[in-house]
Amino acid sequence: MTQSHPDSPSSSHSIRKNHTISVLVENSPGVLARISSLFSRRGYNIDSLAVGPTENPDFSRMTIVINVEDHALEQVIAQLDKLINVITITEMDPIGSVQRELLLVKVATDDKTRSQVLETVQLFRAKVVDVAQDAVTIEATGNAEKIQALLRVLEPYGIKELVQSGLVAMTRGLNPGSISEDKR
Amino acid sequence: MSNEIMTGASALVKSLEHAGVDVMFGIPGGAILPAYDPIFDSKIRHILVRHEQGAGHAATGYAQATGRVGVCIATSGPGATNLVTPLADAQMDSVPIVAITGQVASGAIGTDAFQEADIRGITMPVTKHNFLVTDPSQISKAIAEAFHIAGTGRPGAVLVDIAKDALQMKTEFVHHKNVNLGGYHPIMEPTAQSIRDAARLIAESKQPVLYIGGGAIKSNSQKELLKLAELTGAPVVTTLMARGVFPDSHPQHLGMPGMHGTVAAVTALQKADLLITLGARFDDRVTGKLSTFAVNAKIIHADIDPAEIGKNRRADVALIGDLTASIQALIPAIKNEFKKSQPDLTPWLKQAYGWRERFPLGFDQPNDGSVSPQYVIERIGQIAGPDAIYVAGVGQHQMWASQFIKYENPRTWLNSGGLGTMGYAVPAAMGAKVGAPDKVVWAIDGDGCFQMTNQELVTCALNNIPIKVAVINNESLGMVRQWQTLFYNERYSNTELHSKRIPDFAKLADAMGCVGLSCDSTADVNKTIEAAMAINDRPVVVDFSVFKDAMVWPMVAAGTSNDEIVNARSLAPIWDSQEL
Repeated sequence: MTQSHPDSPSSSHSIRKNHTISVLVENSPGVLARISSLFSRRGYNIDSLAVGPTENPDFSRMTIVINVEDHALEQVIAQLDKLINVITITEMDPIGSVQRELLLVKVATDDKTRSQVLETVQLFRAKVVDVAQDAVTIEATGNAEKIQALLRVLEPYGIKELVQSGLVAMTRGLNPGSISEDKR
Repeated sequence: MSNEIMTGASALVKSLEHAGVDVMFGIPGGAILPAYDPIFDSKIRHILVRHEQGAGHAATGYAQATGRVGVCIATSGPGATNLVTPLADAQMDSVPIVAITGQVASGAIGTDAFQEADIRGITMPVTKHNFLVTDPSQISKAIAEAFHIAGTGRPGAVLVDIAKDALQMKTEFVHHKNVNLGGYHPIMEPTAQSIRDAARLIAESKQPVLYIGGGAIKSNSQKELLKLAELTGAPVVTTLMARGVFPDSHPQHLGMPGMHGTVAAVTALQKADLLITLGARFDDRVTGKLSTFAVNAKIIHADIDPAEIGKNRRADVALIGDLTASIQALIPAIKNEFKKSQPDLTPWLKQAYGWRERFPLGFDQPNDGSVSPQYVIERIGQIAGPDAIYVAGVGQHQMWASQFIKYENPRTWLNSGGLGTMGYAVPAAMGAKVGAPDKVVWAIDGDGCFQMTNQELVTCALNNIPIKVAVINNESLGMVRQWQTLFYNERYSNTELHSKRIPDFAKLADAMGCVGLSCDSTADVNKTIEAAMAINDRPVVVDFSVFKDAMVWPMVAAGTSNDEIVNARSLAPIWDSQEL
C-alpha cells in the first residue's frame, strides 16, 4: 500500500518490506489488466512485475514484487485469489527461491576508462553486448543486491541509459507451485 | 446424438433457459439485436424497460426478493455503460446478477466503431467477473460460467459481453451442465478447529453481541440464526443489509447498528467483549472511526469471502465458509462448551436492554403542523405489515424506512447499502414485484431519488407490475441538507429541489399510467395509505408532502467514534456513571 490505513489494526507494529509473489494465471485476454487494476484500486504499490509463458501454454506466470506490511500482504493475496483467472499464488521467500532480474545498461567510456569498465564487467560476471566509440552496453543478471552493486560501481563513469526487467523467481527443488502438481 | 446447429444468438437464449432464467429486463439496440430475434420466441419473459439503469436495478431487486440470479440485457456502447451503476451497486451488496451486453462485431473491436465501448475493461473493477465472447461456440460456456460465478460463493455481478458477429454466426450448441473453473473454488465448510475456537470464545464471553450482516440473508440463515441467538442468549444487531433476517419483534434484538443505528445497538457493539460477526464486513458506516470501534472485543468473523477476514478489523477466529453451514457447525460445538461452563449474561443483558428501553427510536412531531416523514413511513409499515416488501432509495427516507418499519422476514427489505445508489427504489421495486408478484411491494422513495429513475413506472404500468411508491417529499436532497444543517452552518448549497412546486408528482404518475395520490396533512395519512393499498391493478404513486427540517437520529458523525453517538440534535445520551 502506498500508505497504511491510519485505522488499520496492525499499522502500529508492522514494517513494510518487499515481498515476492508468484501468481499462476490463466493465459486469457485481460488477465494482466485485471491484476493491475486490482492493485491500483486497492492502493497496493507494485515494485516490479514480470509476466511470461510457462511450461503449459494455457497458463502464464506473473512474478510481482510488492512493498507492503505482512498484514497487507495477506489482504493482497486474498484479493488476488478472488480473481477467477488466478489459479495459485505462492509467496517466494528469498532463501527458498532463486530470484533474478535482467539489466541492460549503457555506460559512457573513452580510451582511458574503457578497460576499467570492462574489468568491472568481468568482476560482476556480467557481459558486454555492444561496444561503440563512446559507450559500452552491459548485460547483467542477478538478484536485486547484485544489480544495485554493479550500478553503484558503474555510476561514476556516467550511465547514459538503463533498462531493467521485473524480477522473476522460482522455488528451489520440486515445489507445489508447478502446474503439474496443481490439482486441476 | 449430435448437437443442434444454431446461431450464437439462439445458443445464448437456450443457455439462459438452461440456467433457469424466467425473466430478464432490457432494451434492444444494434449490437444485441440478433439476440432479440430468438428472445421473441422464448418462454423467458422479457420486460422492456425505459433506461438500462432501470434494467440493472430491476435485476437486482428481483434477485434480492427471490434469492435467484437476476438478469438484464443491453446493447453495446451507451446501453452497456448505463449498466455500470447497477453492476457496481449489485457487486457492493453481493447481489447475484448477470448482465448480457451486445458488442460491436469482433473485427470492429478497437476501432472506435459506432456504439463501441470497452465494457469488459470498464466493468472489471465493479464486477465479480466478466467475459468478452467473440466465438459463437463459447457463448453457452460463458453463460453457464457467469451464472455459476454470480450465484455461488459470495454472490456478485457478472457481465457477459458478446460480439455481434458471434451472435450471428452458426455454432453447435453444447449444454454445459457442470462448470469447472480452475481458479474458482468457494470454501463452503469452516474448519473444525475454527469452530472449536469460536465455541470456546463464546463460552468465555460475558458480553457477547451477535453482529449480523447481509450475508445471513444471502445464505438463507434465518432459522439457524434464530437457534444460535436463543442458544447463546446474546443480544442481536442487524445491519442495514441484514434487516429482516432476525425478527424485530424478538426480545434479543437491539436494532440496527451504525451511523444511524439505535443507541442500544451502537453502544452494545462498543462495550462488547466479543463480537460474533456473521456475514458482516465492518463497514465504515457501522464501525465509525475504526480504531475506536469495540476496542475491548474479541472478534469471531464468519464470512464466505476470505478477503473480508482482517480487511478492516483483525479477527481472533475466522470461520470461512457458507454462513448457514458455519452456524450449523457452531451450535453443537457451543452446546458442548456450555456443558462445561456457561457464562451468566444477566448483568450484560440488563445493561443492553436498559439502553434499548431508555433510548428508543423516536421522532418529534413537526412544530409547523406539517406531516412528519417518520410517521408516514411508520404507518406504511404498520398498514402493509411484515409480509410486504419494502424497497428504499438512498438518504433520509432510507434510514427512516430501516428504523421505523418493523421487519420480521428476510428479503422484505431491499436497499442500496454499499454503493448508496439514489434512484434504486423504483426499478428495484419493479424487479421485486416481478419476482414476488403475490406480495405487496412498497417503494419508499425520496423526491430526489424518485426524479432519477421514475421512468420505469411506465414499464410497470404497461407490464402489469402494480408497485406502490411513497414519495417522501421534503422538497430537498434531505440527507445532504441534514449535513449542511449540522456541519455547514445551514448553508443550503444546491440541495433545494422545489419539488412541492415542480413537478406535480400525482400528475406525473397519472401521465405514466399510474394512479397519483397526494397527501399533505397528518389526518389524511392513514386513509391515503389505505387507498393506495386498495389499488392492485395499476402502480400507485403517493406524494407525501412532509416536514422539510426533519432529521435522522441517532447519528454518529462521519469519521468520529461510535462513542460520540448523538440521539437528537446536540443531545448525547446521558449515561449512568458506571457505564462510562
